Amino acid sequence: MKTFAVFVFSLLSAAAAVAEPILIRDGRVVTNAAAGVIENGDVLIDNGRIAAVGADIAAPRGARIIDADGGWITPGVFAAMSQVGLNEISGSGAPDDASISGDRVSAAVDARRAFNPGVSAVPVTRIEGVTRAAIAPAATGTMFSGQGALVSLDGRPDSVFGRPFLIVELGETGAGRVGGSRAALWPLFEAALRDALEYPGRYRSGQGGVVLNEIDAAAVQSYARGHGLIVVHIDRAADIRELIRFKRANPALRLVIHGGAEAWLVAGELAAAGIPVIVDPMANLPDRLERLAARLDNAALLHAAGVTIAIAPSSETMDAHQARLALQLAGNAVANGLPWDAAFAAITRTPAEIFGVSTDLGVLERGRIADVVVWDGDPLEVSSAPTAVFVSGRDYPLVSRQTRLRDRYNPAND
Amino acid sequence: MRAYLAAAAAACLFAGGCATSGDADPAQLTASAPAAVYPSTYVRRPGPPTLFRGGTILDGAGGEFAAADLLIADGRVVALGQNLAAPQGAEIVDAQGRYVTAGIIDAHSHLGVYPSPSIQATSDGNEATQPNTAEVWAEHSVWPMDPGFERAVAGGITALHILPGSANLFGGRGVTLRPVLGARTVQEMKFPDAPQSLKMACGENPSRVYGSRNSSPATGMGNVAGYRQSFAQAQEYRRNWARYRERMAARTADSEGDPPTPPDRNLELETLVGVLEGEIVLQWHCYRADEMAIAIDVAREFGFRISAFHHAVEAYKIADILAQENICAAMWADWWGFKIEAYDGIRENIPFVHAAGGCAIVHSDSDVGIQRLNQEAAKALSDARRAGLTISRAEAWTWLSRNPARALGIDDVTGTLEVGKAADVVLWSADPFSTYAVAERVYVEGALMHQRGAARSPPSDFELGQSYWEAGQ
Repeated sequence: MKTFAVFVFSLLSAAAAVAEPILIRDGRVVTNAAAGVIENGDVLIDNGRIAAVGADIAAPRGARIIDADGGWITPGVFAAMSQVGLNEISGSGAPDDASISGDRVSAAVDARRAFNPGVSAVPVTRIEGVTRAAIAPAATGTMFSGQGALVSLDGRPDSVFGRPFLIVELGETGAGRVGGSRAALWPLFEAALRDALEYPGRYRSGQGGVVLNEIDAAAVQSYARGHGLIVVHIDRAADIRELIRFKRANPALRLVIHGGAEAWLVAGELAAAGIPVIVDPMANLPDRLERLAARLDNAALLHAAGVTIAIAPSSETMDAHQARLALQLAGNAVANGLPWDAAFAAITRTPAEIFGVSTDLGVLERGRIADVVVWDGDPLEVSSAPTAVFVSGRDYPLVSRQTRLRDRYNPAND
Repeated sequence: MRAYLAAAAAACLFAGGCATSGDADPAQLTASAPAAVYPSTYVRRPGPPTLFRGGTILDGAGGEFAAADLLIADGRVVALGQNLAAPQGAEIVDAQGRYVTAGIIDAHSHLGVYPSPSIQATSDGNEATQPNTAEVWAEHSVWPMDPGFERAVAGGITALHILPGSANLFGGRGVTLRPVLGARTVQEMKFPDAPQSLKMACGENPSRVYGSRNSSPATGMGNVAGYRQSFAQAQEYRRNWARYRERMAARTADSEGDPPTPPDRNLELETLVGVLEGEIVLQWHCYRADEMAIAIDVAREFGFRISAFHHAVEAYKIADILAQENICAAMWADWWGFKIEAYDGIRENIPFVHAAGGCAIVHSDSDVGIQRLNQEAAKALSDARRAGLTISRAEAWTWLSRNPARALGIDDVTGTLEVGKAADVVLWSADPFSTYAVAERVYVEGALMHQRGAARSPPSDFELGQSYWEAGQ
């Protein structure tokens, strides 16, 4: 019981107050930027931002010194797609804000309104070095799976940041939601965009939408005008070609593919079209008829063709609890031919770029938000783990509900 | 497996001779059925004697040997040591800078019964029609052309156990397979003489599935009542058959009257009797510590043995009990939170079971996870060390090979690289506890089943000739 009491107190004081500058010394600094990798480098954090990156940085007066001890110092990991914070438990009939049944509301579904920074998965994920996440609902009753959000995993009340994004199902799942056929899906999708472009006029006039109800049309309008990112769930090469044709006809729209199991077959066209892909490097099974050509080196082939890639679980396997597996996914992409730098960027810098927050996040450079992780080894190795995690310059203890359970039952503590 | 064969022989004796014809004495029950009527037609594929030279060897029995040689021939491990001589005609594999390990055995897979592609018609793993379907056999759902088998072998899998799903209290019989690529029938994959298993399920799956149909079980207590009622019936069924056999045995050539009528066969209860007799090994899906403890009580009431708890997300809380009861725990490294019974998952579950002296197993339950169980073991091992436990990587390899072999009852044949055991061997490009290591060669009973980068047609007929593949030629 003694440990229990300590547990409560330390959670209350989870984030050390931001006060003194912090100098992290003597690590292998992966800047993700022009400076590349700095061996025996230092990172100075001040006032929530990175104040300096380099070798032999002098400690300012009053600075707290953290010895990286030869470990790695990197930007925080950005989970490029997840449901963290949208439920405490996914199944068991427990409430789940990631899943919306019925078609009363779809595009207007707003993950920002549901994110709970207090879920136990937030510290569980954060202590593995994941400091930011794009989160998204998994299902609605229509082709629109709602709007996702960007969140910090600092567990604080103000952790939603950046702009939301819209998720559209344009493959097998989407077809299933509109009667079973892609032949119906695309005309309905285009009609939905027209509804949104004619919002609010046709709704005020009482005409209503062809596809979208009024609140969904209101939600889609800015995306239809190219003002927000549309995440498209799509896997099949033929579907991706259709998307590329659509993009050509609607150049203002900002599109990113999530999934893309067969994207390697159209890699050159994707690169030319400037459509990034959030890819799952472990998705190598023909588990759906739209993924017959899935293969382990998809990420490597896309990268080699010049496609911008981020790495995250596919939309079917992403969940609210294992966003931390982004690192293992990236490591396996390396095992299958993706250069290490590209793989690490695909879980840090590239997601920040795709979601429009790269001026603040994703690299270790002076002036950026200080999401910094110190590791005991190569972060893409499953055997490595953080020794320190900073979110916006705050030092978070490596404590979660799981580590408390571990400590309670650890035979090494007997 | 020895116990299984002994039991089979005993049953044959008991029945007064082991008939092999179609009208075999049904009194043989479970013991004879798999071997005599549903045999394995697996044949070891030929391969030359092979000498792995100068690798780091993890033997699956807890041993690590640096710069050592391994010689295999005729499907068996011939020698492990230094400076072994290559026999005539042997293939020599340079293993310097590489790792040679015992093959990985997955104690929990649904390949073939939930194959790729996953569509309604291929969803063959859960006979979710009543809470006790102990009569169904997973092997009768296995589609040998599942492309997942090839992916699994590429991850170092040399044997795997296919289980029915967990919708039912009694899901049916599981089967141990060799991942024979290109096999046309499941019989060609069946691990010879491996005992069948019975899949049982604790917890929220059965009570959700049947409770939502307003039938039993709807609760945890309904689950336990369901186990007990079925085993009580199985005991009665066994007594009826024993009585019949006694009467038959008492008859002589000049006995008068009609011979006694055998009881009706009940396939469901035959399976349960197989568990009571110890011929069928019990694999019990159970997440929570308290539910595992109750399962142990049920086993004690009816006098059967639990081979392994599967998933066992809270095994770490009762690691001492599991070790004392000699029950293995087949676990994930880090899955948690996807339902309330998985809420207390911790990354040290596997090593805490190990540290208590228990039989820890890394399992997949996933067509993706099965491709890299070595990485799951690596997670568990590194987290164990951070938690202050001292576990060698050679010990950790027992989680992938010896321990699952034990839980499946095939440990007298495989699971370690001891001399005489099956030559189930993986050559890794690097330390297999690294994410970057890949299986360069995978040998199933001495036959090269997978070679990384070797050009070849897809072994699954399903994948052969697909347009993307043809385009790549």
